[in-house]
Amino acid sequence: MDFSYTETQDMIRETLSRFLADTYDFDSRSKMIASGTGRDPAIWKALAQDLGMLGASFSEEHGGLGGGYLENALIMEELGKVIAIEPYLQTVVLGGGALKAVGGAVADAVIPEIINGNVIIAFAYAEPQGRYNLANIRTTAKKDGAGYVLNGHKGVVYAAPWATHLLVTARTGGATTDVNGVSLFLIDANARGIVRRDYPTVDGFQASEIYFENVAIPADALLGDEGAGLPLIERIVDEATVAVCAESCGVTAKLHQGTLEYARQRNQFGQPISRFQVLQHRMVDMFMEVEQSKSMTTMATLKLDLPAAERMAAVSACKAKVSRSAKFVGQSAIQTHGGIGITQELAIGHFFKRATMIENQFGSADHHYERFERLTLAD
Amino acid sequence: MQLEFSPAEIAFQKEVRTFIAENYPQNLRSVQDEGHDLSKEDFLSWHRILAKKGWIAPAWPVEYGGIGWTATERFIWSEELAAADCVGTMPFGLSMVGPVIYTFGTPEQKAKFLPGILSGDDWWCQGYSEPGAGSDLASLRTKAVRDGDHYVVNGQKTWTTMAQHADWGFFLVRTDPDAKAQEGISFLLINMKSPGVTVRPIITLGGEHEVNEVWLEDVRVPVENRVYEENKGWTCAKFLLAHERTGIAAVARSKRGVEKIKAIARTEQDGDRPLIANPFFKRKISELEIDLTALEFTELRSLAGEAAGKGPGPESSLLKIKGSEIQQRITELALEAVGHYGAPYFRGFGEGDNEHPIGPDYAHRAAPTYFNTRKTTIYGGSNEIQRNIIAKLVLGI
Repeated sequence: MDFSYTETQDMIRETLSRFLADTYDFDSRSKMIASGTGRDPAIWKALAQDLGMLGASFSEEHGGLGGGYLENALIMEELGKVIAIEPYLQTVVLGGGALKAVGGAVADAVIPEIINGNVIIAFAYAEPQGRYNLANIRTTAKKDGAGYVLNGHKGVVYAAPWATHLLVTARTGGATTDVNGVSLFLIDANARGIVRRDYPTVDGFQASEIYFENVAIPADALLGDEGAGLPLIERIVDEATVAVCAESCGVTAKLHQGTLEYARQRNQFGQPISRFQVLQHRMVDMFMEVEQSKSMTTMATLKLDLPAAERMAAVSACKAKVSRSAKFVGQSAIQTHGGIGITQELAIGHFFKRATMIENQFGSADHHYERFERLTLAD
Repeated sequence: MQLEFSPAEIAFQKEVRTFIAENYPQNLRSVQDEGHDLSKEDFLSWHRILAKKGWIAPAWPVEYGGIGWTATERFIWSEELAAADCVGTMPFGLSMVGPVIYTFGTPEQKAKFLPGILSGDDWWCQGYSEPGAGSDLASLRTKAVRDGDHYVVNGQKTWTTMAQHADWGFFLVRTDPDAKAQEGISFLLINMKSPGVTVRPIITLGGEHEVNEVWLEDVRVPVENRVYEENKGWTCAKFLLAHERTGIAAVARSKRGVEKIKAIARTEQDGDRPLIANPFFKRKISELEIDLTALEFTELRSLAGEAAGKGPGPESSLLKIKGSEIQQRITELALEAVGHYGAPYFRGFGEGDNEHPIGPDYAHRAAPTYFNTRKTTIYGGSNEIQRNIIAKLVLGI
């Protein structure tokens, strides 16, 4: 057993941390969000070309650094520490994850472009009726000659306004919730017939409602086998879920740190409020939640390559715990700050907003407790 | 003791219910249903209707414009208002400074200020908190120096709710810099249009403009606008805080909130069943509802005590703590219920596109409301302070 990071991993973390400290202070982030596109494309370019960061989790044959889940986790944690709004989760973890899993010509063509920063991928999977069930899909991909025709509505697609490609789940067969008949496609985000309604999200990203209206897509857009895509989708979503948990570790660590700093300098009743025992115990509880989030994220990251049932149980255990921690740490940070925590002017409130969105991303705590129980607790 | 309403109370309930149904402004209803922010006029439109009817200040003594309703009738009234989802009347005049003025004010002050509070012609705000004086309110530093028959006021207040609309504010100011914290504070009524008053917005996490900073620079305030004795303003402040805490339980409004969650959970799908059939979610609703019942009957017992002549005492802190926690849990559950559609930020939706809506209407404000409602355990004396009050004044430890 060994929980230490390699030299390369330490270097990735240090390089990224230094870069983000220089470029992603709270004011810069606020300016990016307020700008026309809601982001600063130069950051993404620098992550790709100056830092080589987007290649950290890809193989050397594809031009990457030869890493994997651990690299994704530590990059997501660093991004979480500045509540970055970069599409790393969507492009590298989800898009890259799917491409690595299927391999072949499409992977050889697209992965180098991800690493270069030329490709941004958004993951169009959620549907209004579907909640967190990945098989609950009404979007259809009907065979049409050599290719397919897409119809349907995907909701809350993070990063879609920035995307060059969409990773889409659709039905090539079966009824709405059938396990069989689900397929995964990687398509051009600007294909004819795609209608987008863009909007900001409460946590600072941009997202879209996407309507596919008879969108013709080529046969080679299909990733994996037609109608048998669900296991692949479940796998990449599990990888993304753990990546979000890693992000949460960064977000909650900062919430805790910011709270400690504030409590030390805020005076009431003639002393720093950090001297009050009721607040000390709350800050200790926050600390313990952050530490346990890190532990669970490490555990789940190391189990991502286990057989599906074990992997899912580990990921659900991790997300259930991290969701609860994100809520507790976020709420406690705001309460300890008092009124100032509820204003837009301070960074702490924005960390709280992201922590809140993480709670339900890829499934609420309840959803994951339920999946964990289904997998581990026989009647 | 008895639980059932008497025939007279049932008749009263019918009367007020009919009045609300027939008089609540339709345009205000649509503003609420469509999830828009409420303007000053929106708030005042309902206020004026109630004022005209004479039902604007049920809790006030009859001689000052109250109605003489019993505690039970007032309870029925607030239940009916919440059940019909009426906007609340602003508390700063009616529940806060009004009772201070009729309790501590001079006959001239009563004559000058109470009519404007009742009619809605004067919009009030509360100048209590300062950047350095939050939970430790008595450490406030805004000072008022006597200059002939005026005070000259200098300082900064914060978290001043709806001050952007205010005609008048009631302020705690330090009139004796040498006295111990609570002594040396006076209670001043300040015209917000006075030279030297500057109101700056504070935007909160849901993107709303509810609270403000208020800067006071050499503001001249006539001495006749001081309520009660000089340096005895803390007496008014304590009286007012106790009043603020009773309303803060918000039982009727929370009941309405629980009903809204049930409606969302009946609509939202969770696999092949509605969300309300999810045993985990159902349990959270029932926990909430049961805790709300405990709060409701705690408040009713407290009201009965008041009716028997015991003023609202330190046990009202219990109502504040439990009431605010329940309000927060309601917003937590609402956000959980809407799933993915908690993420879109409605203030950035841009022009309407009815063909391609962004999630269900009930989801639009779920996250901003959740963020904003974190304030309830902070304002009006944080819940930590309320627990200190109970420990000290109720438990005697």
